[in-house]
Order: sequence, then C-alpha cells, then structure tokens
Amino acid sequence: MKTLVWVEHDGSAVKDATLAVVTAASKLGEVHLLVAGSGVDAVAKEAAAIAGVGKVHVADNAAFGHNLPENVAPLIADLMGSHDAFLAPATTTGKNIAPRVAALLDVMQISEILSVEGEKSFTRPIYAGNAIATVESSHAKLVLTVRGTAFDKAATSGGSGTIEAVSAGGDAGTSSFVGAEIAKQDRPELTSAKIIVSGGRALGSSEKYEEVIVPLADKLGAALGASRAAVDAGYVPNDYQVGQTGKIVAPQVYFAIGISGAIQHLAGMKDSKTIVAINKDEDAPIFQVADFGLVADLFSAVPELTGKI
Amino acid sequence: MKILVPVKRVLDYNVKPRVKSDGTGVDLANVKMSMNPFDEIGVEEAIRLKEKGVATEIVAVSVGPAKAQETLRTALAMGADRAILVQTDDAVEPLAIAKILKAIADAEAPGLVILGKQAIDDDNNQTGQMLAALTGWAQGTFASAVNVDGDSVNVTREVDGGLETVKLKLPAIVTTDLRLNEPRYASLPNIMKAKSKPLDTKTPADYGIDTAPRVKVVKVSEPPVRSAGIKVADVDELVAKLKAVGVHS
Repeated sequence: MKTLVWVEHDGSAVKDATLAVVTAASKLGEVHLLVAGSGVDAVAKEAAAIAGVGKVHVADNAAFGHNLPENVAPLIADLMGSHDAFLAPATTTGKNIAPRVAALLDVMQISEILSVEGEKSFTRPIYAGNAIATVESSHAKLVLTVRGTAFDKAATSGGSGTIEAVSAGGDAGTSSFVGAEIAKQDRPELTSAKIIVSGGRALGSSEKYEEVIVPLADKLGAALGASRAAVDAGYVPNDYQVGQTGKIVAPQVYFAIGISGAIQHLAGMKDSKTIVAINKDEDAPIFQVADFGLVADLFSAVPELTGKI
Repeated sequence: MKILVPVKRVLDYNVKPRVKSDGTGVDLANVKMSMNPFDEIGVEEAIRLKEKGVATEIVAVSVGPAKAQETLRTALAMGADRAILVQTDDAVEPLAIAKILKAIADAEAPGLVILGKQAIDDDNNQTGQMLAALTGWAQGTFASAVNVDGDSVNVTREVDGGLETVKLKLPAIVTTDLRLNEPRYASLPNIMKAKSKPLDTKTPADYGIDTAPRVKVVKVSEPPVRSAGIKVADVDELVAKLKAVGVHS
C-alpha cells in the first residue's frame, strides 16, 4: 500500500504531530509525504530526513500558504490518484482538511485512529473515549486522521526521501486568510510537552492561575493546561484546554491541580505516563486515575511543591 | 438569507455511556436523548443572525429516526422557522448525511449552513467539511465568531495555537465550537408555538441517497481502565516520589 501523509508545519519546521502519523502510515505500507505551503524548501528537506520516508511531494504555491482546505483538498485528492491511503494528524488543521479530501474521493473517513489492526481495520474512540470501536473500511482507498498520542514518534533523522515538486492545484477563489492570534509562549506546546501542569476550577480566578500554576510550570519547564471548567470560567484561553473537546495529551508527567476529573477531562489526559493530582476533595474522581494523589489545599500545597522540587 | 441548521439526536451529554455486553455498541435503550450540544450552538447562532437582520429564515434538518422529530421541535422552539426530518432507522455515516444535506442545500439555496463541529456520540468531526466538499463551498470550521459582511462571512476559528480568521465567499459552511455562544432555553410559550410550525418528513430515498454503511463496526468495547495509584501524605512525600520518576527542576 502506498500512503500519503500530510506534513503539518509552521512554514519553517515540521511539527511533531506529523511524526506519529508517519509511524501509523508505516504500519500500512510505503510512506510518502506531502509538504504544501509557500516557500517550504526547508520544511521539505527536514521532512525527507524523517526515518522511513520514501518520497516527499512538495507543492509550493502561495495558495497553500495558510492550509486553506478549499485550495489544499483538491490538490490532495489529485495526488490520491496514485496513493492508497491519506493520513493526517488529528489536529485542528488535519481535521479541517481530511474530511474534505474524503468527500472529494467519495470515501468515508475514519477519524482519530488509535491503532492499526489490519490493512483496513482500525480502532478509534467514540463517546468521548468512553468506548473504543474497532472498524473496518470497505473502500479501495482510505482517509484517516491519527491521534498523535496513540503512536510513537518517527525519528527525525535517518531518512533519505526523494523530493519531488508537484505543480497541481491553486486558488479556488472561495476563501482567504485574514489573520491569526497565535499565543506566543516561551514554553513547550501542550501536545508535545514532557511535563504538563494543568489547573482547574478550584483556582477561582485567572490571577490565582498565574500565581499558583505558572510558577510550578516555570520551574519544571512544563506546558500549561487547564480543564474545560477553568476555560469556561475565563481563567485561561481556550487553547489551554485539555480534554475530549480540547487537546488530547500524553506527557511523561501530568499535574492535575484543583481539577475534579470530569469524564471529558480524563478523556484528554488519561494516557499520561504519570498522573499527579492535588485536590482538597478526597472523593474527587481524579484520584481514581492518579498515580500520586495529594489531598490538600492547593493554595498552600502547590507553592510548597514549587519551592521544594 | 436563509440558514440551514442540521441537528442530531444523541445520547444526552450528562448520561454516562454504557457499552453493551455483546460488544455491538453503546446501550441507547431507555436513556435520555437530546440535541447534540454543538448543534444547539449552531441553532443559537442562526437565531442571533436572524435577530440581527442578517438571516430571514432558519430551516432545521435532521437525519434520523421518527423520534428525531423531538430534536427538531426543540430547534423550532428555540427559534427555527421550519424543519425537515429525513427519516431512517439506520445508522447513517457522515458521508451519506453530507450527501443528503447537499441535496437539501440544492433545493433550499441557503446562504449559510451552520453545523456542530462534531456529534458527541461518534465523534467523527466530518459532516460539515464533507458538505463543503460536495457543494464546492468554503468552510469555516470550529468557529468562535461568525460575522456576515455583504457577500462574504468572516469566521474566527479555534485552532491548536490560538485563533485564526478566514474570509469565506457566501454561500458557505460553518461548524461551531464551544465558545461561539451560549444557547438559549426555549420558553414555554415558544415550546407551545413550535408544535404548530411546519415539519416535513422525507426519506433518504427521496433524495436518491444510498445510506448503506461504508465502514463496518466490528465491535465496541470498554476502554482500558487505569488503576488508581497511591495517596501521598504531604508535599515532602510527593517531592520524593516525583524525584524517583525523574521529575525535578
């Protein structure tokens, strides 16, 4: 089987989310990559070095500069004439593009795969991860999105893919990019961080989040996260949200501070290697999944932890 | 401008899903069903656009069993003007739903179709994007703000690193994210009024759409259970445990 993997990048470097998709694709067959964007030579070179990559298709065109699905999906559908499976990371970019490709190919997509069970058989979460479905496609071609935390990351070196320019596609003329407000952070991204410190509703305010959560994260070089309750209450921006409707994470260590552990939050972090919970309610559901639980008032325990660790 | 709002009847978000012991799916017998929360946000957004004078008519559509009428009545009680039920007892996949919605969009010629970004049962997150592909219209997914301006719409999207705004030519497809709005509750008088609003019943065959599944569900199982670890007595013990797993500043 010949697979085509969407390379997620920021214009200058390959994003980590791509690497797990390469691993998933390699379980199906030959791995080809697609780098679409404007001025993406450096990204293409970096992509070609990913272990196990055969060919890197590079579509360099201003119309692909902001991943607009109206422009990118027809390009991918075109390339799928000579590939058997299209795989994209289950990120907001991948989720935006892949179903549009699937419909152009008249294929039913399989979303957020957790494992490859056979040539056309996969597992995926349903009901916010409260159930796992094993599904099998009847299509000749596959369109898949891949949950990044479910697959190991492919090595970023050792590959020797051949770079090939693609001239197809252009501006569909139906959409344009206006602007973005991407939070600039001097810390790791949530989805690739080794340590995450998350705060919940119990913090009570954005000031307390700054005062209690941020110093611990700073000390550990950790990414910052939050429960949906904390986001809804306005303590932090939406892109901090860990959970089924936010980001799915699986760091080495996850600190859940003042987070009760609603199903929807657990769905986003329960694959973390070590979970630490600090909560004053000893019956909080978070303790049922925590490796280390501390029943304590977070306003005194967390600063103490920050001081001692 | 007319707005089409597709809505899905799903297991209520407060009900904990139980996997059936025979592994065929999640038990939906005798449990509370409601409108998919992201679709509720879609209905609300359409109503706000009508209140602003941007939209003139809101048509709610559902593909599902006879009981999905209740979901459509909820949309009508919130403020939709009329409804279409495409009735089927089969489980219909996003691709087939998108084909049915494309046929309805062809007939109704809406300026906007506002859908939930995903249904909270199958968590597919596909229908809006697929409908956009089939119609050839632009898409603004995971919307946190929708501003119609003449013959285009600016959609602010919730993306992984923050927010992104795109400008789409109308007609266009929008899918909703959580922060777009807070849906209203239907008032009792409006619930009563909704009972007399028009609701057409169709079938997938009326639109010439084959809804046979393309993806077979082999089995549905419980997720692996993570077992609880230990409770530590104080911060000092926690620091020691963390150091043992390699966590220190």
